Amino acid sequence: MRNVSVARAVAWRTLHNVFTNPSLLIPQLAFPLFFFTAFAGGLSRVHDVRGFDFPQGYTAFQFVFVLLQSAAFGGVFTGFGIARDFETGFARRLLLAAPHRTGIVIGYAAAALCRWLVTAAFLTAVAFAVGMKVGGNGVDLPALYVLAAIVNSAAVLWACGVAMRLRSMQAGPVMQMPVFLVLFFAPVYVPLDLLSGWIHGVAVVNPLTRVLEAGRSFVAGSPTQVAAAYAAAIGLAVLFSLWAVRGLRKAEAAG
Amino acid sequence: MSTTADQVALLARRSVLRTWRNPAATIFPLVFPMLLLAVNSGGLRAETHLPGFPTHSFLAFALAVPFIQGALFATMNAGTDLARDIESGFLSRLSLTPLRGAALLAGQLGGVVALGVVQACFYIIVGTIAGVRLASGIGGVAVLLVFAAMISLAFGSLGAWVALRTGSTETVQSLFPVFFVFLFISSMNIPRNLISTTWFRDAATANPVSYLLECVRSLIITGWNGKALALGFGIVAIVAVVGLSLASVALPKRLAR
Repeated sequence: MRNVSVARAVAWRTLHNVFTNPSLLIPQLAFPLFFFTAFAGGLSRVHDVRGFDFPQGYTAFQFVFVLLQSAAFGGVFTGFGIARDFETGFARRLLLAAPHRTGIVIGYAAAALCRWLVTAAFLTAVAFAVGMKVGGNGVDLPALYVLAAIVNSAAVLWACGVAMRLRSMQAGPVMQMPVFLVLFFAPVYVPLDLLSGWIHGVAVVNPLTRVLEAGRSFVAGSPTQVAAAYAAAIGLAVLFSLWAVRGLRKAEAAG
Repeated sequence: MSTTADQVALLARRSVLRTWRNPAATIFPLVFPMLLLAVNSGGLRAETHLPGFPTHSFLAFALAVPFIQGALFATMNAGTDLARDIESGFLSRLSLTPLRGAALLAGQLGGVVALGVVQACFYIIVGTIAGVRLASGIGGVAVLLVFAAMISLAFGSLGAWVALRTGSTETVQSLFPVFFVFLFISSMNIPRNLISTTWFRDAATANPVSYLLECVRSLIITGWNGKALALGFGIVAIVAVVGLSLASVALPKRLAR
């Protein structure tokens, strides 16, 4: 119960900061929209490449990637806030005040999820407004959002672990770069089958490829690789929750 | 500090050393564009099968992008360094010396241009190792380096202007997404004539960054294309003149004696 009250307080403060500060809120909404525009609009001709057979069109194909990207970066942006809290000294006061410190990590993760839900709703509304076609049924589409929510949790737990170890805003690239690489070493622009060379080899072993391919299959209405995708996403979330809790212990030890 | 040339040399040296000693400012502009190049050239290779695509190598097509990204980083570096000097009071102390305003600007931008040329050399070497051969030959390499210096100067002067106007590193850094939008809504990933979404093609055509990319790209995959070169150099010259003029107007207010 004490964990819950700590988590609620941390989440409320984080969300209050984000939603009352335009310099934090606007990039969170604008960046995914901008990537969606640049990829779905600029590269729509990729749909004409031989072998590209996604039935719902290139807009829906890119929507899934941008949704997952927004989920992952929503987690990383929350990690920036954690690092800032350490730099300003707020996090140390929080560590002193919280009776159950695991609640701090849970609070940050809950805030990351809430702020991503707003981004996801905005992005989805824009995608449907520009004519995105969806082939899935009432279960397929929610399954995509649940998958993205797990990715969001994995990303925030990763970023939280980094922020609690380095306790400086200079940790930003360390949080961001691996997430960027994992995202972009998946089949971003074309399906896995159309990739060739070294990028195909990397994409095959990249756990996010399963998540992306399953997400696209949900939108296409013919789910495939669902178990592998959920296993990959949940596996990452569990792994990074251990990473975040260990980071918390290191922050406690640092005083 | 005797002559203006000495003043420029001193400040340029300081600018280069400061960048060199900050690994984030040196490594990130070199590595990040290369990562994006690797990802895009792998992921979008299938695009070369589209009828009308100008080359069989997507790597050659995409090699133009790091040059423009390098310019974005030049903007950020020039602006952030100058804004930090304002925030830390260094500029106020300089205003107590007989330093000329023009020397300050030239010195600061000299460091940015030097970094821009180093970046361009790095991108050309990596491209060559990866198998890209410049259609314009050795002469094209020289023109590319001059163009890289000019875009670093042009965008760096814009960054310096924002820094002088606002005196805030945070404001300068908030410019980054704006420039990123210009980069992405351009012919960065696909030639303009192959963009099928009408509004996007129109936006890319109106976007000056498309012509900067096409200037570099022409030297890499076409050879000597007078129109592409004239547009690229013309646009970068205009940006440089506008940026330097704005920075020159803003400078005296910051260096009030």
